[in-house]
Amino acid sequence: MTAELVRGQNHPLPDTRLEIRVSAGHPVVAGAALGDERGRVPGVEWIAHPVAPSLPGVDVPRQVAADQRLAVDLAAVPDAVHRVSVLLALPVGAGGPTSFGKAAAPFVAVTGPDGTEIASYTITGLDSESAVVALELYRRQGAWKVRAMGQGYEGGLAALLGDQGLEHPADLAASILAPTQAPAPAPTQAPTPTPTPTPTAAPAPASEPAPAVPGQAQTPGGPISYTHPRRRTTTPEPAPTPAPAPQAAQASQGTAPVPVAGDAAGWSMDERLYNQVWGMFEDLARTAAAYRSACEFAESRLDRELDETLTDYRSRVGGANDAARSAARARHDELVERAREVLDRDLAQLAVESEVVEPALPPAYARWDNPAWHAYRPPAEEPMAVRLGDLHLPERTELRIPMLVRLPLERGLWVDSGRGRSEAAGLLDETELRRLALDSAVAHAARLLAVHPPGGFAVHVVDAAGAGAAALAPLVDTGVLAAPPARGAAGVTAVLDQLTERVDLLQMALRNGAVDALPPGLDEARQLLIVHDFPHGFDDRAVTRLRYLADEGPGVGVHLLIVADREDAAAYGPVLDPLWRSLLRLTPVPDDHLADPWVGHAWSYEPPILPPGSRILRQVLAQVVEARPAKQP
Amino acid sequence: MCCKTDTNPDRGSAVSVPLRRVLDNRTHRTAGAGNANERGKRVTVNMTKGQAISLEKQGGGSLNQVRMGLGWQAAPRRGLFGKRTQEIDLDASAVLFADKQPVDVVFFRHLVSDDGSVKHTGDNLVGGAGQGGDDEAILVDLQRVPVHIDTVVFTVNSFTGQTFQEVQNAFCRIVDETNGQELARYTLDGGGNYTAQIMAKVHRVGSGWQMTALGNPANGRTFQDLMPAILPHL
Repeated sequence: MTAELVRGQNHPLPDTRLEIRVSAGHPVVAGAALGDERGRVPGVEWIAHPVAPSLPGVDVPRQVAADQRLAVDLAAVPDAVHRVSVLLALPVGAGGPTSFGKAAAPFVAVTGPDGTEIASYTITGLDSESAVVALELYRRQGAWKVRAMGQGYEGGLAALLGDQGLEHPADLAASILAPTQAPAPAPTQAPTPTPTPTPTAAPAPASEPAPAVPGQAQTPGGPISYTHPRRRTTTPEPAPTPAPAPQAAQASQGTAPVPVAGDAAGWSMDERLYNQVWGMFEDLARTAAAYRSACEFAESRLDRELDETLTDYRSRVGGANDAARSAARARHDELVERAREVLDRDLAQLAVESEVVEPALPPAYARWDNPAWHAYRPPAEEPMAVRLGDLHLPERTELRIPMLVRLPLERGLWVDSGRGRSEAAGLLDETELRRLALDSAVAHAARLLAVHPPGGFAVHVVDAAGAGAAALAPLVDTGVLAAPPARGAAGVTAVLDQLTERVDLLQMALRNGAVDALPPGLDEARQLLIVHDFPHGFDDRAVTRLRYLADEGPGVGVHLLIVADREDAAAYGPVLDPLWRSLLRLTPVPDDHLADPWVGHAWSYEPPILPPGSRILRQVLAQVVEARPAKQP
Repeated sequence: MCCKTDTNPDRGSAVSVPLRRVLDNRTHRTAGAGNANERGKRVTVNMTKGQAISLEKQGGGSLNQVRMGLGWQAAPRRGLFGKRTQEIDLDASAVLFADKQPVDVVFFRHLVSDDGSVKHTGDNLVGGAGQGGDDEAILVDLQRVPVHIDTVVFTVNSFTGQTFQEVQNAFCRIVDETNGQELARYTLDGGGNYTAQIMAKVHRVGSGWQMTALGNPANGRTFQDLMPAILPHL
């Protein structure tokens, strides 16, 4: 039973002794790179290639040929090896094709020791690449799996090896390709550790016919061809592709393999990390659920058994009763202990993952103390999500999961400056709590400003009494605000009117499909309104407008960030309850009020903390201002 | 009204159904299970009833992935008024027990157990081609099953109420997901006047797991109706 893999698909390997067969229709160099846990290849001695064909557990052929066989014994590779990448490269100067796009698509098959085919993969969609990671064998929870990679490199073997984490990839690439007697025609592209997709690889939309490549019939960048790789056709097959396939082909064209981001699926670095963080979130929720369920069961069984000892009159005499009770307790402790072991094992694994993932996060997902912020540059595109804080469970408080919220924000944010029920808030006095609330609101706003492309996000502030001037200083001083904070009832009304009008206008345009009829000068940026001290300075009319913005704004890119104590608005009675409920509540101090979507645990939320004395916020905001496109007069 | 000769389409309200929230989300007009009191033919069992298979591999390491698959043939379309075809909806469920106490259930309303060890791949309301492919499947990651769970019971129910006599090409099977090997298969169709089957249980033995074929016919719309019938098998 052969699994025919498509790009990105994985398949379990039933056996550790494997043979990998390559048939390319033209001579290729085959090799294998052994990667550690983080997917990096520590040195040249971890690469099997025709010059050094044998490594523990891996044998690659010495010759350059169209049909190649690699022998792999996964049981024999060192424990430190977590992935084995199968590499193919075109020999230089041999008169063969200079890129995979100019020849038939290579075909690779993984077979068992008895020759039965386990999985196969035709590497379609290659264009100007001259080296490709064909397959990846990787360890997953003690078992090995194979994944179809098909990651090509225009920069050739040197770029490929550089991406695997090697120090001097060009030298090694030259020595591997040297047997063909030609000096490598300078594929000396510097190793690019940057995981960002290269803009040159921007794929053409799948629907458009691919631009004709001189000579051959491959359809680079287009949908995956399902025709037999060695059958030449003159016209691109109008393949009845299942919907996701062309997109997958498109996306993986622009995606560099990211060793640190682990194995989460995704079409970009951003998405992989996002999915990985959510995967960790779910795993932690579920492993904690298993532990809690076991403890609960142990507890109830203990109760039941203790009850039984009491009702059994015969055992009351003599020591049988005591013995039964201590046996029941022992059973309880033993079960809890085993549950704890499993929990500890899972938590340890998640902690390791977290240690790898945290430093790899881009600014939008990173903590403020992450060096990524010091290397901050205004982004060209909006990220998928933004980090609003950390989440943890009482089982392991130091294991923190980034709380990533999708952009554009679907709901407004509410930083609660009230005491609520949290212990941490109870220890602080009221003014301190309010100051912290506004500080964290400013940090959220700054992050939102920073992760949007320059000019893509505008912030308005309503501070009716001017009480927040000190905390708002980073926003005011750096000049990122659209206008100075609005003061007094008149100021509040003016800002709310302006945004209400905007929402109304945009909605009207969207509803009637007349987006191009919007006034030309209209600012296209998303808008964020920070409301401090609500409901100070608000009359009934203003409150109604605010509720309108909360309900209708997110759909047209107008968002709220309210810093308020619900008690202050108590005079409105229950009519404001829907407003509070519609907002995502955040707290300025740790508080367990957020639930996960799978099991519904109460998670402790921790607000983002700026390193004390750090000037990172102002630094970042200054860069945001600097990068903004010049205002049109 | 109905094309299937054996079907009695008007037994709609015959049986009271305890699982309110299940009904809320479904739109089938015919509700309730068939009233099967006679003893019909035995269901075909490849594995002898009560036969146990140890889920240990020869090589020492134990199995880690088991899949319960369920497949059946969709009711034939009825031409112009095909929308009135009486669809056949079979449901696969898995119940997790700790010491005879149900702890968690995986079924079409709760697709993943809280601990993440048991996953339902999604509800199929109409069936498939009836050519042997699984139309619903439940995957169990035995290594992730919480320590206190000692038994997982797999059941099949006819949600729309057709008995297995009326369903074409229905089967359920247990597969070792790591190598695709089928461990047990039951043919359900023609299997008597029943609407449910308690298929198999996977339970802890020592440090590993064992699978026991149950193949016990029963009646009920969802796993909840089967609870009294499941308990004696624990």
